Amino acid sequence: MFSYTFHWNQALKALPQMLDGALITLQVALLSMVIGLALALALTACRLSGNRVLGGIATTWVEIARNTPALFQIYMAHFGLGNFGIHLSPYTALLVGIAFNNAGYLAENFRGALKAIPETQTRAGRSLGMTPVQAFRYIVLPQMLRVAFLPATNQMVWAILMTSLGVTVGMNSDLAGVTQELNARSFRTFEFFALAAVIYYVIAKAVTLAARVLASRMFRY
Amino acid sequence: MIEIQNVRKSFGSLEVLKGIDLTVEKGEVVTVIGGSGSGKSTLLTCINGLEPIDAGRIMVDGTEVHAKTTDLNKLRRKVGIVFQQWNAFPHLTVLENVMLALRKVLGLSKDKAEEIAVKQLTHVGLGEKLSVFPTRMSGGQQQRMAIARALAMSPEYMLFDEVTSALDPQLVGEVLDTLRMLASEGMTMICVTHEMKFAREVSDRVAFFHKGVMAEIAPPEALFGAPKDPELQKFLAATH
Repeated sequence: MFSYTFHWNQALKALPQMLDGALITLQVALLSMVIGLALALALTACRLSGNRVLGGIATTWVEIARNTPALFQIYMAHFGLGNFGIHLSPYTALLVGIAFNNAGYLAENFRGALKAIPETQTRAGRSLGMTPVQAFRYIVLPQMLRVAFLPATNQMVWAILMTSLGVTVGMNSDLAGVTQELNARSFRTFEFFALAAVIYYVIAKAVTLAARVLASRMFRY
Repeated sequence: MIEIQNVRKSFGSLEVLKGIDLTVEKGEVVTVIGGSGSGKSTLLTCINGLEPIDAGRIMVDGTEVHAKTTDLNKLRRKVGIVFQQWNAFPHLTVLENVMLALRKVLGLSKDKAEEIAVKQLTHVGLGEKLSVFPTRMSGGQQQRMAIARALAMSPEYMLFDEVTSALDPQLVGEVLDTLRMLASEGMTMICVTHEMKFAREVSDRVAFFHKGVMAEIAPPEALFGAPKDPELQKFLAATH
């Protein structure tokens, strides 16, 4: 019944190729986080602005990003926009899709963090003669960052894993794409995907650990 | 001089200040007593413009607090306030808590700000706690830090809003001692408090608030010794 013979050598030989793919994976994930963070700040500002149109747009974005499959979001960026004559390469579409998703989750994270800082903190700052901007910048924001930091690193891990969805829009240079191509040529599915899984795992763990070290340095209290 | 003239203030349909008149002279210590919801804390937050008022006016050294042209950020350097919840900034050390506004609001150099902060913290007995984070301290210590933080701005007036009400009983004394020290140094103070013994000791005048009205104001001997207002008589009987 169980007569499969493992061929690990073939997979290990392809390791350098897969590690190159892992670099692309990391690159897409990092870029999507940077873009996602910037967008999330803008979305948070829109939601706090009190402007109904801006607030509505931001809330719709957050709702869609958080409540529909990431796969669809990437699909839409590639094939969906393609229907309207906007043709994004697999790389760009993947980046756009994940950045969209990141922005939604991070915006919600920021909103929670903001709520976690009591109004009395701002009041204390204002009573010392600070302007609203100063009170936000020196009192609220540093505390917010601490609350938002670990959930944001979770999103980074999630972004790394989401890049594997790129294969569905023809992405072939990242870790999942490379693995998929190797698999198609050899049919050594188990070996290649097991090795790729280990690489994803190591990257994800490394990011989590690095974030923890960084947090212990940044947040002294 | 702080002049409060016929000040009215409502939260929704609830009128919490129903025409308050009170003048506090330079160097005077006025304590405000009264039951919860009598409007005494609201009055303090109106004095430094944290709350708007609906009618009347408040003048601080001739500047109308709620006038549109008044720079409230500037005014607040002159009128310090300490709250019931001390509101320590948890992400900053004790020293940094006091230095922050000196640096950002007054624009002092790091050295100058540190010098003032150390002096004020030592003054309230926290000279040994400079590099500690506030959450590692007792409520009484945090409250004294909040007092030092307000004093560091060298205000001419200090408002204390039930600063001992959230403290464990054994920590009340150290904070009251700090207030006594300030009073003896000639600081102009308005203290909202539930500590009757303290009010009797430090006050030049004591005001009794009841349901948004200042029902009686008199020097402590008169107010506590021979209260005229029937509500005050009831209040004092209940608190003794």
